[in-house]
Amino acid sequence: MELERHEYDVIVVGAGGAGLRAAIAAHESGARTAVVCKSLLGKAHTVMAEGGIAAAMANAYPEDNWRVHFRDTMRGGKMLNHWRMAQLHAQEAPDRVRELEDWGALFDRTPDGLISQRDFGGHRYARLAHVGDRTGLELIRTLQQRTVALGIDVYMECTVTRLLTGENGVTGAFGYWRESGRFVAWSAPSVVLATGGIGKSYKVTSNSWEYTGDGHSLALQAGATLVNMEFVQFHPTGMVWPPSVRGILVTESVRGDGGILKNSAGNRFMFDYIPDFFRKETAETEAEADRWYDDKKNNRRPPELLPRDEVARAINSEVKAGRGTPHGGVYLDIASRRSAEYIRKRLPSMYHQFKELAEVDITAEAMEVGPTCHYVMGGVEVDPDTEAARVPGLFAAGEVAGGMHGSNRLGGNSLSDLLVFGRRAGLAAAEHARSRPGPAPLPDDDLADAARAALAPFEREGGENPYAVQHDLQQTMHDLVGIIRTAPEMEQALERIAALRERVGNLSVEGHRQYNPGWHLALDLPHMLLVSECIARAALERQESRGGHTRDDFPATNDEWSRTNLICSRASDGTVALSRQPLPTMPAELAEVFEEVPA
Amino acid sequence: MSYDATFRVWRGDAAGGDLQTFTVEVNEGEVVLDVIHRLQATQVGDLAVRWNCKAGKCGSCSAEINGRPRLMCMTRMSTFGEDETVTVTPMRTFPVVRDLVTDVSYNYEKAAQIPAFTPRPREADGSHRMQQVDVERSQEFRKCIECFLCQDTCHVIRDHEENKAVFAGPRFLIRLAELDMHPLDVVDRKHEAQDEFGLGYCNITKCCSEVCPEGIHLTDNGIIPLKERVVDRRYDPLTWLGSKIRRRRPD
Repeated sequence: MELERHEYDVIVVGAGGAGLRAAIAAHESGARTAVVCKSLLGKAHTVMAEGGIAAAMANAYPEDNWRVHFRDTMRGGKMLNHWRMAQLHAQEAPDRVRELEDWGALFDRTPDGLISQRDFGGHRYARLAHVGDRTGLELIRTLQQRTVALGIDVYMECTVTRLLTGENGVTGAFGYWRESGRFVAWSAPSVVLATGGIGKSYKVTSNSWEYTGDGHSLALQAGATLVNMEFVQFHPTGMVWPPSVRGILVTESVRGDGGILKNSAGNRFMFDYIPDFFRKETAETEAEADRWYDDKKNNRRPPELLPRDEVARAINSEVKAGRGTPHGGVYLDIASRRSAEYIRKRLPSMYHQFKELAEVDITAEAMEVGPTCHYVMGGVEVDPDTEAARVPGLFAAGEVAGGMHGSNRLGGNSLSDLLVFGRRAGLAAAEHARSRPGPAPLPDDDLADAARAALAPFEREGGENPYAVQHDLQQTMHDLVGIIRTAPEMEQALERIAALRERVGNLSVEGHRQYNPGWHLALDLPHMLLVSECIARAALERQESRGGHTRDDFPATNDEWSRTNLICSRASDGTVALSRQPLPTMPAELAEVFEEVPA
Repeated sequence: MSYDATFRVWRGDAAGGDLQTFTVEVNEGEVVLDVIHRLQATQVGDLAVRWNCKAGKCGSCSAEINGRPRLMCMTRMSTFGEDETVTVTPMRTFPVVRDLVTDVSYNYEKAAQIPAFTPRPREADGSHRMQQVDVERSQEFRKCIECFLCQDTCHVIRDHEENKAVFAGPRFLIRLAELDMHPLDVVDRKHEAQDEFGLGYCNITKCCSEVCPEGIHLTDNGIIPLKERVVDRRYDPLTWLGSKIRRRRPD
């Protein structure tokens, strides 16, 4: 078999924020490091992040500190977050932002010349470091340029299809060049998964084609475990019209900068959806909410800035009750509340996006928005300090890792998550590689088997069309395991997923191996299917509503479930096995944070 | 609402290819990339095309639509008549890999050659202080999504393969301008801009600014000011004298 072979200490799969930060850390600690990514360098999904990076730098509010950020994060996740990850994240995020400036990032400034920080949902203080509404682009470009400056090897447009493991854990990875279709094998004692999320399994999503759950699936197949897979975040504000742009993200900064949500009757409906859990910190009147933007000490947050799960459910309810817009969303209005100049300055890419794609001028009229699949809180179960999965040599960071965000992620906490845990994963992967000197052997049989599996869709004729199967999977997840869930629907989803698995086993593709998107999709589909099954199984098991998991048949939170995580693993017969695991106990000195009266 | 459009799409590889004609459904609000995707899903499953975000943020889906360099995701079908044939071809400045996908490695090679950002030390409190007006000049260039449409349209390299070795193209001239204007950077790259990245080849026809989907004023705000500073440097007699006195001949 024709095969290109390489040898490294650390292979990083994925070149978004987490992957590049991991690669930089591994390289700087002396490991021979390579990044493997499905797209061109600089195109990863991180580029689409808009609002900012949450970090308690206290540039805007001296009262802010890591304890407040930790508290906000845990409460936003309805206390299901791994406390240690939330702690490390809140403590280290400011340093991770500052070092981006040493690598060339140019954030917007305060009048004092410090990094400006903006308001976002669920954050007590203005704390998101940002560049207009294109912060993700700044992050990816900064890390990309740093990666290039350090001379780290990057395998662009190269897809990993299998992790290789031996008796002592990870030995490397197997994949193919998208351009030529030729196979590559990397021998490495450490692999960092930084593959992002799973949103492409849903019909309406803000995610790009890359988000097919590769890392989740590769980890599971290699023997690692996934945690919290039932928690999928539907961002409250995606575009709803025209149909071809349905799901494209409308940044939360619109609300952070003063935008409000209204139904077709013109009512600011979020005041009707304030849950008891957040009542003490949320404004009761429109007057108080409006005063808060300028005076946070004496006023409480507008309900539009409740955590995303709350806002998404509220929009869903308004539309279901018949108070939606003509295209099935609600109105997001900043035009009547801020000057055109302010809007263009603070939200330039939103202005551009609506003007170009929907012919809507957001400085003059309201946007129509509705929920869109945005983020998976669940992911590879990792050690909080090292991001090590249960397979020695396997690490995961960023969206593909689980635990940090509990049942719901706060806006802005994703970019900081990538930096904090990307760095930690890279350091730990380099450290692990030092303990495993010498190249790990890659058995020929394993490589031949991986190649056979990858080529199978070419062997069949007249089989299933991968695009049709993907469409049916997206429809299934959208209809049956979406924002509001019930047991009978999820049971039906699992039956459909089983039927789709048969069809995936019978995929066939036309053409040859050179840059063939049909073939690429055929190889992504098994990952999408496996991850969808994990989501559906975990969601069926958790009989309560919490964060990004809402059960119509179990609408309340439940104390028993507040202490329980669901863990997915691969059973010996290849199916997904589910088990319950108690939540780690928070130490007393951290638990005290929740007793403190918010300043 | 829906209609059948005629699309001509270039199909082939490095060895050659041709325009193929398709009849394909178009729905209200769609962009060219939607129609290319429909072709993939229903008629030609192996039609090669790059794309990621489909929202004009990643710069992957660059192509030439009716001869004009554009992002397929930001080109609305409503800009064409229903009976108008839409022709989609790969970017001409770069070698074809397959169908609409080109080999853009030239850009990554140039990026790697630019001397890296090098900041002044942090202030005593660990921060970098900069004023908004000062960061905004470089921020304009950092909006670049690296779609490489400016590179595609630039006549210095569009039909002059031989210039690629000595000319970095508008995208990287504004990267040099960005670093030159960066409040924290301490490296002088003006000599490299002229001698290694071919700043002098640009005769400011502004084609790059015209095709930029981000609306960056590459020529007016980036390339022309950089040219001016290079000239100041080269023809300032004191600078010239200083460079002669300090510079040592290589052994």
